[in-house]
Amino acid sequence: MKKLCTLVLLLVAGTVVMAAPAPGNVTRTSALPKMPRFRFENFTTANGLPNDHVYAVLVDGNRIWAGTDNGLAVYENHAWKTYTTKDGLAHRAVISLALDKNTGDVWAGTMGGLSRISGGRIDSFTQLNSGLSNDVVYGVSVEGENVWVATAAGACRLNLHSNQWSLYNERNTPMFEIWSYSVSATPTKVYYGIWGSGVLEYDQKTGKWDKYDDPDGETEMVLFKDQGLIHEIVTSVSYVDNVLWAATYFGDSHYDGRYWHNFLKKDSGLPSNFTNVVKGVDAKRAWFGTDKGLAYYDGVNWAVYTPSLKDGKPEMTVRDADGTVTPVAVTTAPAHNYILNIDFQGDDIWVATAKGLSHGIREKQ
Amino acid sequence: MNLPLAAMVLIAVALCGANTACEGEEHRTVENVPYASPLEVLFSPDGARLYVLCQGSDEIRVLDAASYAVTAKIAVGHIPRGFSLSPDGATLFVTNTWDDTLSVIDTKALKVTATWPVGAEPSSVVEDRAGTRLFVANRISNDVVVLDAATGVEEKRLLAGRGSSYLTLSPDGSRIYATHVYPNPDAQRTGIENRTPPESEITVIDAGRAVVVDRMPLHHIAGVFHVAFSSDGRLGVVAEYHPKNMIPLAHLEHGGAFEDTITVFGADVGGTVEVPLDELERYVSQPFGVAISPDKSRIYVTSGGSETVTVIDVPRLMRFIHAHPAPFVQDLSASANYVVARIAVGLNPRGLTLTRDGRTLLVANRLDDSISVIDTRTNQVKTTVKLEGPKTISAIRHGEQTFYTARYSFQGEIGCANCHIDSTFDGITWNLEPDGFGRNIVDNKLLEGVKDTEPYKWTGTNPNIPTECGPRTEKYFWRSENYDNLTLADLTIYLRSLDPRPSRWKLAGYQLTPAQERGKALFERAVDKFKKTIPELNRCAYCHSGPKGTNQKLFDVGTHKANDNAGLLKSAPLTSIALTAPYLHDGSARTLEEIWTVYNPDDKHGRTNDLTKDELNDLIEYLRTR
Repeated sequence: MKKLCTLVLLLVAGTVVMAAPAPGNVTRTSALPKMPRFRFENFTTANGLPNDHVYAVLVDGNRIWAGTDNGLAVYENHAWKTYTTKDGLAHRAVISLALDKNTGDVWAGTMGGLSRISGGRIDSFTQLNSGLSNDVVYGVSVEGENVWVATAAGACRLNLHSNQWSLYNERNTPMFEIWSYSVSATPTKVYYGIWGSGVLEYDQKTGKWDKYDDPDGETEMVLFKDQGLIHEIVTSVSYVDNVLWAATYFGDSHYDGRYWHNFLKKDSGLPSNFTNVVKGVDAKRAWFGTDKGLAYYDGVNWAVYTPSLKDGKPEMTVRDADGTVTPVAVTTAPAHNYILNIDFQGDDIWVATAKGLSHGIREKQ
Repeated sequence: MNLPLAAMVLIAVALCGANTACEGEEHRTVENVPYASPLEVLFSPDGARLYVLCQGSDEIRVLDAASYAVTAKIAVGHIPRGFSLSPDGATLFVTNTWDDTLSVIDTKALKVTATWPVGAEPSSVVEDRAGTRLFVANRISNDVVVLDAATGVEEKRLLAGRGSSYLTLSPDGSRIYATHVYPNPDAQRTGIENRTPPESEITVIDAGRAVVVDRMPLHHIAGVFHVAFSSDGRLGVVAEYHPKNMIPLAHLEHGGAFEDTITVFGADVGGTVEVPLDELERYVSQPFGVAISPDKSRIYVTSGGSETVTVIDVPRLMRFIHAHPAPFVQDLSASANYVVARIAVGLNPRGLTLTRDGRTLLVANRLDDSISVIDTRTNQVKTTVKLEGPKTISAIRHGEQTFYTARYSFQGEIGCANCHIDSTFDGITWNLEPDGFGRNIVDNKLLEGVKDTEPYKWTGTNPNIPTECGPRTEKYFWRSENYDNLTLADLTIYLRSLDPRPSRWKLAGYQLTPAQERGKALFERAVDKFKKTIPELNRCAYCHSGPKGTNQKLFDVGTHKANDNAGLLKSAPLTSIALTAPYLHDGSARTLEEIWTVYNPDDKHGRTNDLTKDELNDLIEYLRTR
């Protein structure tokens, strides 16, 4: 009975949120929240990218790495250079990137293995020539002497001192599905986003695994919204300031170690529940890449940046704490609404999209 | 059949008979005598002291630079390989290859003040100009470890070339140049044999940020040693081996097996240019140490196998390379344009150093415990300083001298150590003539632990070391001169004395990690995962039995290639197998994993296709402890 009451309350609450004014139909009574504004410069094959499908982006000081469908591109001194399989890249499609901040080496997850780019030299690891669990490398993250890898057949760790590979899968972790989509490694915890098996947590101190699931099981219903992970199909994780941000195809989650707070399109500023990537700025703020645009959450308010889904014209909207959505006049937008990856360069943002790479240059307000 | 050392010596002595070369030498001891074996030399900043790294006696000897009298001996770790001074000369750092440590020596007190752990097989060390960081090249871990210079605490490890070994700080202190003795792994598979020319690099490290900023490619090079710079930093030079392993090793004429080269680089050169040191009919085998005179007029290069120092006229070299289109490496007549002298020195000359005025060059002769003192104006050896040590030459020492010298081969082109760098291996594959051109590609194997693993060669056709190293080597490699019987016996004794290096994958006390324990169980299993008994011949532990991982028998493990002649393959020893890629008889497997993921489709090379990826990783973790 208690659960039924909760369900009714939640449904009512959802109805209220869904009844919030649509963009363009607003009457503001308070000042528009100050949300970051950008001038987006977009890169495509027309100005140097090897391919417009950009799966991953990585900021490395003044260098920008872009993982594309046809090679790994690096932007430096206003020019693009592309590494291909001829240079030793494991596969032409580069789908994840990570920087070893200690050494400056870049790790590239591809559809055909994991590549290490160090001082221009590329060494590639595959399931045939190394202990890598699978050639499809959806995620990679470097912490200390370990490279943590998310693959289509489980998680694994390469120790750079001993060269030992450790594999983590359904046999030695609480992972029901082994399709690992994302990894975020820090000195204290390592989080994996598993496609269909929630979030896995590895404690660096104890070496033990824990698991976070959607309390509603594998359904697409949200019966108990803030009681746990929003959905089992986790596409991206980001652990920052002791807070876990998790993205799924059915909404996003924030977990501070004690409480969960979830975000759905119907009750937040998310432009879509279908989220490819989340990247936390800190414990309060995060960026979300969805199939319907780039979204920013400052802990209270939301901003969405996208080319219009109707006519492709640049759009920006701001949603305040009251749920009031206000359009903001802009002249530029990310290259495409389908956002695949995000990284920060100071106040600037770099965004990988389905039709190019975008550099959001922060404007002074 | 195993022959005890004493029996080997008796046979050799008996065979010696009337050979006059043996007279007076038949009573050599077969004990392993600790010779000084000077490897590197270094002046103190004020030029008053000469530090000598003595690899054989595990010590640094301090000599008065005027009289060459020994003023101190400082014990360091086991088998030191590299050393350098702090910028102020107050501290001497020494890398100890078997201990994986760095000795820190106070040069005022002449005492070791600290011993710090570093990476696997530390081989060279430099400190940055600020005195804040130490950089150590580690041969086994293939990296350059960065340490806090005050505490020795490790900050990071930078990926270097395979067999990372030698470091040089640029004159302005901004860059560190790192070289490596084994070629880098092939970036890509190229076919069933995976044969590609060796590729090496000079790894360029930003000393201030301690990150790799460039890798200068050295094409067709396997074996890169010391780097030196002119004092203005505009000219760099590196000593290297240029093997010809992609063509059948049919003859030594015209550099058919190896060329001995340097690569010059820097602003004066405008890129990297490889030039030969050899002449048309004479070679300077195994280039190792390099130095550039303070006035940038001369480059000096030691050649360990030829017992010479080559003197190059820098202005003539620059005129030559700027006036002629590269490449020059195939033209052995090129050296006549810039080589102005060859100076005969002692056995296996290695490190060298110049006095500050450039008038005197000192060369460490590793295998006769001496230092050649050369007048650079006349290019003559002024004197030879004999270091204190055993007065007699042991059989092992004589064998080692034989191993390194190139004097037996046609025109002095190669010695054993060309392909077995520092008595190990070279990481490349060869096509030897006896089996037919293009037939029986052979992976060069590690020599450590070779004792009691006969028969030799992967076909098992050589029943013992004297056969392997005697007639076969003389006919197909040297083509010029044979060993006398005593020399062959001593060479054999030397090879049998080569112990494996300590495994870096074993825990203290030889305990195994959980993964290694699981792998060991797989290695020793007799039943597969479907509870079927594995035939004896298909068990890892049957063919790879015993302490060295071989039962010394021949098998068909399904790895024959179309260009292999028929026959069975010898069960290869597992000694230090983690270090010795590539694998299989022909080097077709680039990694241990590929032995089973690529080359064992029918489970003929052990029952492995029932294993999960985790289990195969465990098996490999265990093998790496061998």
